[in-house]
Amino acid sequence: MKVQVIGIPVLDQEKALQFYTEKLGFVKKTDVPLSEDSRWLTVVSKEEQDGPEVLLEPSPNHFEPAKAYQKALYDAGIPYTQFNVDNVQQEYDRLSGLGVEFSVKPTDMGTVKIAVFNDTCGNNIQIVQML
Amino acid sequence: MLRDISLIQNMTYYFKEITRIKSICYPNKGQIETVIGTRHYINNNFDKELNLDMLSHIRFTSKFHLLRLFKKYYGQTPKQYLIDKRIEKAKELLTGGTNISDTCFCVGFESPSSFCTLFKTRVGLTPSEFQKRATFTKSA
Repeated sequence: MKVQVIGIPVLDQEKALQFYTEKLGFVKKTDVPLSEDSRWLTVVSKEEQDGPEVLLEPSPNHFEPAKAYQKALYDAGIPYTQFNVDNVQQEYDRLSGLGVEFSVKPTDMGTVKIAVFNDTCGNNIQIVQML
Repeated sequence: MLRDISLIQNMTYYFKEITRIKSICYPNKGQIETVIGTRHYINNNFDKELNLDMLSHIRFTSKFHLLRLFKKYYGQTPKQYLIDKRIEKAKELLTGGTNISDTCFCVGFESPSSFCTLFKTRVGLTPSEFQKRATFTKSA
């Protein structure tokens, strides 16, 4: 078994695509229409384009429990998932400059540094740097 | 005072939790500095011969203490971490076109055959297969 795709629920796929590519710097990998308002839409890390894909899935709009779960995590400030970066402070500065909102500013947590931002599509996302 | 109250009110459940967990799991700054220093030393010297005696000597600690600390904070032994680092660097070199033998010595392995066996175990492909696939992906 291999990890090929991880899913992130998003409230608006087009808005998510813009955020994940234009702000976070991911690259669109697959975009296949599935129905009138849904796509199989994945992005990958620019530095690792043959690595795991992030599926921007519209589940909150089609399955009520998914929406409730996403909202509960969001309201508690809990990250839906996390991405690794080389330098959390630099990413925090870069993303803040692009207008991205952080609920946890760069914080040392033992042997890692973390920060948490709002992806504008219903999720908190954590960035992590191993110290 | 008012500012402090508003800061507390703005804290998310998650932030409160990580603050609580941090106070439980990471109270010892000295230990954290020791393991972080060891990890950085490995990162900067992965291509040289490294062993626990040397690492513990650099951090002025006993080797068994260092082994326990590193495992406690990073979840793996210094040796396991060193191997991961070497494999990660080997993947970068192979992707960049360096031949297998040069890659092996550049990342600190002493024998191409043991390097190939270890690489296959960790990556699922031999260095040669990995390099072919990386070249194909780049040209596709």
